[in-house]
Amino acid sequence: MVMSWILFGMFLISFLCALATGSGSALAAASLEGAQAGVTLAVSMAGAVCLWSGVGRLLETTGVTGWISRRMRPLLTRLFPSVKTDASLGASLSANICANLLGLGNAATPMGIQAAKRMRRGDTATDELCRLVVLNTASIQLIPTNVAAVRSALGCAAPFDILPAVWITSFLSAGLGVAAAWLLGKVWKQ
Amino acid sequence: MTDYIVPLILLSTAALGLWKRENVYDILLQGASQGLKLLVSILPALILLLTAVHMLRASGAIELLGQVFSPVFTRLGIPRETAILVLVRPFSGSAALAVGAELMAQYGVDSAVGRTAAIMLGSTETTFYTISVYFGAAGIRKTRYTVPAALFADLTGFCMASLTARLCFPG
Repeated sequence: MVMSWILFGMFLISFLCALATGSGSALAAASLEGAQAGVTLAVSMAGAVCLWSGVGRLLETTGVTGWISRRMRPLLTRLFPSVKTDASLGASLSANICANLLGLGNAATPMGIQAAKRMRRGDTATDELCRLVVLNTASIQLIPTNVAAVRSALGCAAPFDILPAVWITSFLSAGLGVAAAWLLGKVWKQ
Repeated sequence: MTDYIVPLILLSTAALGLWKRENVYDILLQGASQGLKLLVSILPALILLLTAVHMLRASGAIELLGQVFSPVFTRLGIPRETAILVLVRPFSGSAALAVGAELMAQYGVDSAVGRTAAIMLGSTETTFYTISVYFGAAGIRKTRYTVPAALFADLTGFCMASLTARLCFPG
């Protein structure tokens, strides 16, 4: 339902702007161009998206993701102290974070939800649950394949040259987001 | 250096798969068909949203929006052309992808605006969607400070994306 309002808003704003600036004919042409651009974009990024999903599958079946998440588990105890007493929470949490790092969104969400359900105490979010959600809203993906796919679809010669910038940005935004959650948790009592 | 990351990942995962006696080819095919399903599922949204984005641009609304937000964004170091992306990003992933792709096409993939848009897309998430999925599934009604903290992370991401775009690609 939210999307219906967003879409309606976009149509309304462009209609009103076109009336004000007198660019009605351009608006009509743009609507059809845009629809075609959607198809073109999806087709031109298809190759990269499919290839990366294949690699993601391979990382799962060969046990790479499992290995990384086992290595990560000790690190989690600082951020999520109840991992110490709940082993299966630790397993789903580290699988969630590992899938996020590798950009396997389809695998990350179910594991994250499993962890969230185990953390749940009543209908108020606990500090740990807030931190988990903040960590998931701040992207920590190491290789943003969809963006690279769009870039190469648009003729970029080195679609991955933004990686260092993405890493710095993701690391800082996730780190500061969790730090903010930590601070707010001290003052914002349940 | 970044040139070799993807070829190396392809080579090493294939080698590891063979070493573990997995049917590498079949697994890659399965993954690729999953990817295709994902694309088919977002295609209708991309068509609708790119229609809307193209209309917004043709009508001059995006330009206007950039001018309105320009004072705030200049102070934060965010290019005003990316205003629309910053506003859409927390609400809808496919709309953000549509807007970002449009910015990259319009200003060029290797332009400052195009790169900033790409870094923003790569280092932020669909915040409100994620919050609603997680809290919805866990049955949480009082979210306490999650939204402000998550939005703070997003804002950091947008500012840092603009900054790193300038630092990593000067000139």
